[in-house]
Parts: sequence; structure tokens; C-alpha cells
Amino acid sequence: MTDLTSLGVKDIRDGVAKGDFTAREVAESFNAAVAEAASLNAFIVTTPDHALAAADKVDAARAAGETLGKMAGVPIGMKDLFATHGVQTTAASHILEGFTPRYESTVSQKLWDAGAGMLGKLNLDQFAMGSSNETSYFGNVTSPWKKAGSNAAMSPGGSSGGSSAAVAARIAPAATGTDTGGSIRQPAAFTGICGIKPTYGRCSRWGIVAFASSLDQAGPMARSVEDCAIMLGAMAGFDPKDATSLQMDVPDWEAALSSDLRGKKVGIPREYRMEGTDQAILDSWEQGKAWLKDAGAEIVDVSLPHTKYALPAYYIVAPAEASSNLARYDGVRYGLRDLPDGVGLQDMYAATRAAGFGDEVKRRILIGTYVLSAGFYDAYYTQAQKVRALVARDFARAFEECDVILAPTTPTASFPLGSMNEDPLTMYLNDVFAVPASLAGLPAMSVPATINADGLPLGLQLVGRPFDEQGVLNAGLAIQQRAGFTAKPEKWW
Amino acid sequence: MSNYRIQGATGEWEVVIGLEVHAQVTSNAKLFSGAATAFGAEPNAQVSLVDAAMPGMLPVPNRECIRQAVRTGMAIEAQINAWSRFDRKNYFYADLPQGYQISQLYHPLVGEGSLLIEADEKAGIPEDKVIGIERIHVEQDAGKLMHDQHPTMSYVDLNRSGVALMEIVSKPDMRSPAEAGAYLRKLRAILRYVGSCDGNMEEGSMRADVNVSVRKAGEPFGTRTETKNVNSVRFVMQAIEHEAMRQVDVLESGGTVVQETRLFDPGTGTTRTMRSKEDAHDYRYFPDPDLLPLVLEEDFLAECRASLPELPDAKRKRYVEVLGLTPYNARELTAEVETFARFETLLAETAKATGKGEADVATQVANWSLSVAPGVIKALGDEGDPANATASAQASILAMADKAEISGGQAKEIFEIVLKTGRDPAEIAEAEGLKQVSDTGAIEAAVDAIIAANADKVEQYRAGKEALFGFFVGQTMKAMQGKANPQLVNQLLKGKLG
Amino acid sequence: MSVDKATVAKIASLARIRMDDAALEQMVPELNGILQWVEQLGEVDVTGIEPMAAVIPNTLRLRDDVVDADPLTGGGKRDDVLANAPAAEHGFFGVPKVIE
Ligand SMILES: [Mg+2]
Ligand SMILES: [Zn+2]
Repeated sequence: MTDLTSLGVKDIRDGVAKGDFTAREVAESFNAAVAEAASLNAFIVTTPDHALAAADKVDAARAAGETLGKMAGVPIGMKDLFATHGVQTTAASHILEGFTPRYESTVSQKLWDAGAGMLGKLNLDQFAMGSSNETSYFGNVTSPWKKAGSNAAMSPGGSSGGSSAAVAARIAPAATGTDTGGSIRQPAAFTGICGIKPTYGRCSRWGIVAFASSLDQAGPMARSVEDCAIMLGAMAGFDPKDATSLQMDVPDWEAALSSDLRGKKVGIPREYRMEGTDQAILDSWEQGKAWLKDAGAEIVDVSLPHTKYALPAYYIVAPAEASSNLARYDGVRYGLRDLPDGVGLQDMYAATRAAGFGDEVKRRILIGTYVLSAGFYDAYYTQAQKVRALVARDFARAFEECDVILAPTTPTASFPLGSMNEDPLTMYLNDVFAVPASLAGLPAMSVPATINADGLPLGLQLVGRPFDEQGVLNAGLAIQQRAGFTAKPEKWW
Repeated sequence: MSNYRIQGATGEWEVVIGLEVHAQVTSNAKLFSGAATAFGAEPNAQVSLVDAAMPGMLPVPNRECIRQAVRTGMAIEAQINAWSRFDRKNYFYADLPQGYQISQLYHPLVGEGSLLIEADEKAGIPEDKVIGIERIHVEQDAGKLMHDQHPTMSYVDLNRSGVALMEIVSKPDMRSPAEAGAYLRKLRAILRYVGSCDGNMEEGSMRADVNVSVRKAGEPFGTRTETKNVNSVRFVMQAIEHEAMRQVDVLESGGTVVQETRLFDPGTGTTRTMRSKEDAHDYRYFPDPDLLPLVLEEDFLAECRASLPELPDAKRKRYVEVLGLTPYNARELTAEVETFARFETLLAETAKATGKGEADVATQVANWSLSVAPGVIKALGDEGDPANATASAQASILAMADKAEISGGQAKEIFEIVLKTGRDPAEIAEAEGLKQVSDTGAIEAAVDAIIAANADKVEQYRAGKEALFGFFVGQTMKAMQGKANPQLVNQLLKGKLG
Repeated sequence: MSVDKATVAKIASLARIRMDDAALEQMVPELNGILQWVEQLGEVDVTGIEPMAAVIPNTLRLRDDVVDADPLTGGGKRDDVLANAPAAEHGFFGVPKVIE
């Protein structure tokens, strides 16, 4: 019998439906794989019982001849940014340690309703702030990948680093991620998996611990484009509880998948040719063009003139929103309370937040507080939102000339944990290619392209028009079929 | 021009007042959640996950709250901004679970408007005055802290957290406590006419932040203080008086007024510095990224406008110009929703019962409503049941009076019986003999008898002693046991005395 | 613009994050590095550009005025909201005594 943990979403779902194996067998296999992989530190808590209970429900439904959901029998990892009923939800922070919501996020609920089960809550950068998974209060996540000839622990990317590590290590067939400025795509690229951030508003943000509300979007991370299409279909949809939720039908992305790109134009943004980008990345980009051309697409040059300014604009807008979104962590209603003897309310806040937030979170709260403060608001925040409007306008103009944009996902491959810590700015640059699409709210995906000389995966990014997840997925599929990416990390854990 | 001045040691000081009124929007559910808004629930019983700012919770605005604020804006003839948006006001306090209040700073729902306060000599308002209104925005209320239930802890109740408020910001156009009081009463009346706020100050449905500064005549505005959450008209007036005096004292003793937030103590009628808000001046307002711009469609605005009732000023004008009421009566009748509602119902019923136009009976109904009926009800006290004073019963009394079937005195008597027993007025008039005689023959006979019996007085009268006319009337009425139609008595006497 | 230690202390106090001297010292150059870098936005000509108001052109959807229409956003959640509170008594949240 096949090793069930080698299967992805589609194969598990179809195998369960056909009766090749039971959902319980699948859940048990992944639960065991999760238990074995503790050294990756991908999970903050594991929930084997949740996975089993969901599996049993699916098996029973199948036995009763009921129609099975889109994700029936698939156990997944849940980024610990999604509130899960009765299961600790921390955003990888000390300040939320022990917090057990009495509610379920819309996206996780939709996944359970579609027949998925939960293997556990996945580690991440604290409050999703980070690009290497080194800011979690619960420790770094280690990538299953190793650099050729080195035993150094590598970064799985971030902030959805627990998600990327778990999917790449085959201890979960798929996982949820969230993407604020690249947090699905960059870790996917670092670990040789796929991940898509849909159009802003496709997935409800209700019940997801907020980082930067105007940017946060949930999306799936899995090992194939098909799996992403299936899982995104289960996650997306209008939610009246989120005022920014898109009130439109969710297309059947899985059914409409097609790698035939004849008649499509693929835009190559010239400003993405940046200094400091690895030659191997540039080569893979060239390769990507060739693949898409082979799939029938026409390659056209496009210009996104404000690309350079997207990242600094992001580092004003996101911290500003975060400084306000994180004000609710004050030790009054949930989470940590640090109450030194004899102090008053305001000192309790200051002590609690000092003890409960990690350094990167504090840094961003301070930046955000500063740029919103009296006298600085217009110079920083208003200017950044104007630049953001220009970034979005760049895309709108580019999409008059092309249907989908192809670019690298990251400027480099993964790096060893601890190697980028001296200057926050160098870490921020990791998201230079990912952030523009976030600022403009566009659907964007990373698919694995190749392995570099160090044996590390590289990803390619596809960015689509608003609501055109299909175009992104189709171009991704065309790359997937031609890249033939089969590399997987050697099991060392 | 207000002549209110504070007499200081160095001369006269003028007081400059602006009011920020927080009015709770009448709605079933809160502004951004589905929790109820009813007053007086158990602690934290009306709290949703959204109101408690649990992680990942999001606001979705309540249409009715927006609608009521728009209607209120229309009622003060303000500019309605079809494009507005919500901002976050960031500060830390235990009654503010999110760490920010969702409010509107940069693009409020309602822009400039105005409100008329009427001349009231007695109160020191010599003439009508227009008070400018800067804006109305919609925002969340905070929770409540209780400080006296535990030795070392304050308790937090979030029932009010997220309830919709309109903040109605006046311009600094008021110059006396009386003007501020009149403004508040007028604003309250408008809100109640519109139905956007119940105006219940005891339950906190309306609170005012009182901005006060003082200056010498002709000088620029002085530094102002803001006294928070004053919850009655009287307290607002007291707070202004106290605060203005305090500022004059400070300035005259060589000090400077500090721009600060103060608290009003109703027990002493004084204000004091509020310690807890001292360092919260930098609110870091920015657009709430959880919410999109609020764009009001034409049909929404049209419905808001169409659903507005006749407003106090228009009603008052109509009462004078169309119904022919005195300005005083018109003002009294339009001051409160209940008053005009009762009046208009009775007016309609009376017009129907008499078969006359409303304008023809309005003065009679107004006098009845403002003085006659309240007088009887008051005099009767517990003996009467005001519930018996239905509009149809009163209209029936007024119609009998109108047709001269009963006299004014009889109307009161009948109304007394109605209040006591709930019996039908016409039946009472009949059964109790409370009707006046309009039979010309009977009255004529009485008049003839009196003229015959008082020949000397008739002579004096005819010689020019007109004051004697009253004597004849009195005698006739006496002979008729007070039941004669006085108009007929007059008529007949005039004719016969020549 | 750059920040000094006193400014960082002021921001930290606004943000209610207690920071000792050493933490402040360390934060000053870090914040200045980031601020200097983001200030390149000043180069961008934004004449006539409105700040972005909605990521995806869309306007605000309004909810009907119905109490507890959806239990997830409705009231009556006292036990749920108090369940994780560090201090809860008699149906209230407890905080150190506040003097107003
Ligand atoms: Mg105020
Ligand atoms: Zn306010």
C-alpha cells in the first residue's frame, strides 16, 4: 500500500471517496508523521483527536452514501493565526499563550464543513511579522530542506513557516497560510511547494488574528496547483461578518484548471530585475518565460514603475495598522497579564505588552505608532497610501497589456536560521517581489520552479487581475507541468 | 446678543461655549455587532465577541444607525456627505476593548448645519439665535467601569461597548449657560421628533462634553477646557457657570488656563481635572482598515428625507400661520413630541366632531390642551384617571362647547366626571343636566321678567350707565340657573335694553 | 527625520510598551534605520493622487438592525468573553483600580 503521507489533497480526497483507503487511515498516518517530526517545530500544538474525529465523520458519511465535501478526508495543518474553537490560538506570541477561543474562524469552519480535519496549530512568525520564522515565541521552525553539504538549520520562510515546513516535509498534505506581504508565497518558494494568496476579500478575515487588516488574506499551501485550487475553493466565499469580504460567487477553480495558455499574454515587469537578486533566480525566471511560451502564451514586457517604493510603503502601512490592531492585547480580557505589585491600569498595560510581545512585534508597533502620531501622519502614512495607490495603478495599467504577470517570488533561496538577524532591513528585503501584489490586493501564487546549486528550491510568482485566481492557477499549472519539480527534502528529522 | 457677563475684579468677561453632544442612536443592535442595546441588562450580558474585541473579530456597520444619523443631519439642514469613512481613535483604557474607538474624524457622515434657539426674555435670551453645528459623526460608545465594588479592582462592563452614538459638535457660538441650555433642549427635541435618539439623559442616552473658555469683549478666544459627560441640562448650565468662574479666577490671579479634560461633580456643581485621560492627547487617528468607504446611494438618501417628520421650527410656524395660534401657545405645544402629538390628535378629532376646519377650532383646542385640561387633571389629582382622557372624549366635550351646548364651566365639570368614571361626555351632559339653554323663548321670558322688575336700572342704563349691563346678564343667568347660553343672553339683552 | 531616545520613550509610552534604558538605546538605531529607508517615499511625485481607500474597489456593506441575527456576532456571550479573562468576578472583567 502507498505511503499515505506521500499523497496530496486531491489524491487523498479521491482515494477516500473511492474507498482505496479510509479517512481514518489517512489521519492516523499523518498524525504519526507529525509526532515524528517534532524537531521541525512546525506545530505549536498538535490535535490528533481533531483529525481523527473529522476522519471518522467522513468515513461514516461515505458509508451512509452521503455526498462528501471538497476536502473530505484530508487532514490539514492550521496556521496558529486562525481562531479554533477549544484549541489554543496564540499567533505564536507569549501574550496569547493559553488563549482558547470559544469561536471558530470562518475559513477554518469552512474547511471543517468541507470534510477536512486538523492535525494541529502551525507555528509562524509572531503575529505573522517576519520572513524566516524566527520571531515565534515558541521557537524557530526548521525547514526540512538542507543546503547541499551543510547541516545548518535552514529557514522555512515566514510568516507561514510552520505551514511550509509541514507541507514540504509531508507531515501535512496541505496547510492554511496567511499572506500580508508575502507570507504565503515566500515560505512556499523557500520550501518547494505551492501557495496562493487570493484577491483581497476572497477569504473571510473573521477569526484570523489581525496583523494588517487592509493586506491580510488567507490562502492554501500545498504541493500542487490542483491541491491549491481545491483547498482555496473550500476556504473562499462571501462572509457577512467581514465588511471587506467580496460579495461574489466562488468559481469552481479546480474544474476550470487548464494549462493551455494560447491567447494569453504574460507580462514581464522590467522593474523586478533588481540588484541583489541571485543569478539562479534570474535564470529560473527566464526558464519560466520559456515554459509559459511553450504553453501557448505570448510574452510581453510590462512596466511597474513604482515597484521600488512598494516595500517602504508596506513598511509604513502594515506597521501602522498593526500598531492599532495589536492594541487589544492589554491583559484585560484574555492572554497574558503582567501586574507588578501596586501598579495601576496603564502600567499593567505597559508591563503586559513588554512581557508579551517579541522584539520584532515591538519594533513594528513602535514604527506604526510613530508614523501615525501627531505631526508625522501625513508625511508617512498619507504619503505611503498615495504611493500604494500608484502601485495599484501600475498593475492596472500593466493588466491592460497582459493577463498575468510572471516574476520571481523571492530574490534569494532560503538561508540558514540566524544568518540574517543583525539588521531588520535585510530581512524585510526578502519580500520585495511579493509585497507589490499585496499592496494592490491582487491574487498571486508561488509555484516551485527548480533547485539551485545548493539543492534548495526556487519559486516563481504569478500575479493576476483582481478576481482572476483562475488565470493565476492556470499559469501556475503550466509551469508545474513543465518544471517537473519532484525534488523533496531528505528525511533527517 | 447675549448680555451674560462674568463680573471679575478686572472687568467683564464673556463666556464662549461649544457643546459636543453624544446621543445614543435608537437602534435594536449595536453599531458594529448584533448585540442588543437595551438599557439595564446584567453586566456583560449584551456583549458579543466583536464588542469584547476578541482576536480576529471584525466590525460590520448597522444600516439603521447610519440612517438615523443621516436623518438627524437632514433635520438640522446639514450637508450630508455621500462619501464618508470610519477612522480609529487610538488610546488605551479599560472601557475600550479594542484599544481604539471606531469614530469619524477626517470624513464625517454629516457636515455643517445649524439649529435655532428661540428668544426667551425670562431666561436671558433676548432674541432668536442660530447656533452653528460643525458636524455629526457616528461612533462607538465605550464600556463602563465600576470603581466601588471591590477594594483593589475596578470592574468592567462592556454592555455599552459598541452602542452607536452620534456626536453632534456645535460651533463655539453660545455665550451663556442659558443659551447652552436652550440649545440642548432644542437639540433634544429635534432628536426626539426625528426618532433618532430617545433623549433620555438619566439613562445616558444624551451626554454633553462642554467646551468653555472666557475672554474680554473683543479679544480672541481663550484657552478652553472640556468637561466630559455632563448628563443633564441643569448640570451643563452649572458646569459652564462654575468653569467660567474658575477660569476668570485663574486668569485674574495671573495664571493661565490649561487645555485639559475635566469632570463635573453633580454633588457640588463643580468641575475638576480628570486624571486618567491626561496623557492621551495623541490619538493617532487613521482610516479603519477593517471598513471600506461608506457610500450612500441616492435612494437611501431619498428614503431618509421622505421619512422625516415635520420638525419643531416648521411646526411652530405652521401653528401660528395656519392654525392661528399665539406664538406662545405654538412654542409650548411644539416643545415636546408627546405634547404636539396629543394636541394634533385632539385637533383632528375635534375638527371631525365639529365638522369645522382645524384652523377654526385650533385656538380652542390649544387653550384646552395647555391650560383647561391640565388644570382639571391637576386639581383632581388621584381621584381622576388620566387614561380616561381619551382624544375622542375630549373632542366630544370641545364639540359640545363649540356648538354652545355646554358652557366653559360645564365643560370642566363634564371632563371631571370623565376623568373619574370614564363615562361618555354626551351621556354625562344629558344625565347630569350639564347643558346650557339655547332656547330663545325661555331666555327671552327671563329677560323680560328682569327688565320689568328693574325699571329704575333700565332707565339708568339707557341714560348712559353702561356698566349696568353686567348686572342684567348676572340676573338673567341667575334666573336661568347658570344654564343659559351667554351669547344668547347678551344678544337678547342688547336688543331689549336698546 | 530621525528619532532620539526621548522620542522612542515617548512612542513606547504611547504604545504602552514598557522599555528600560537598554531597550531604548538599542531601539533608537533600529528605528532610525527603518525610518531613513522608508523616507525614500518622499521622492515619489504624488501630485493629484488620492490615498488608497479600498484595496479592491468596493464600498461598505451595511448590516440589518437585527439583534443576534448571527450567533457569532450577536450578544449574550458573557461566558465566552469572560472564559479567558485573567480576572473575572461576578460577571465583570477585573482590572487594577482606576482613579478617574
Ligand atoms: Mg469629545
Ligand atoms: Zn465622541
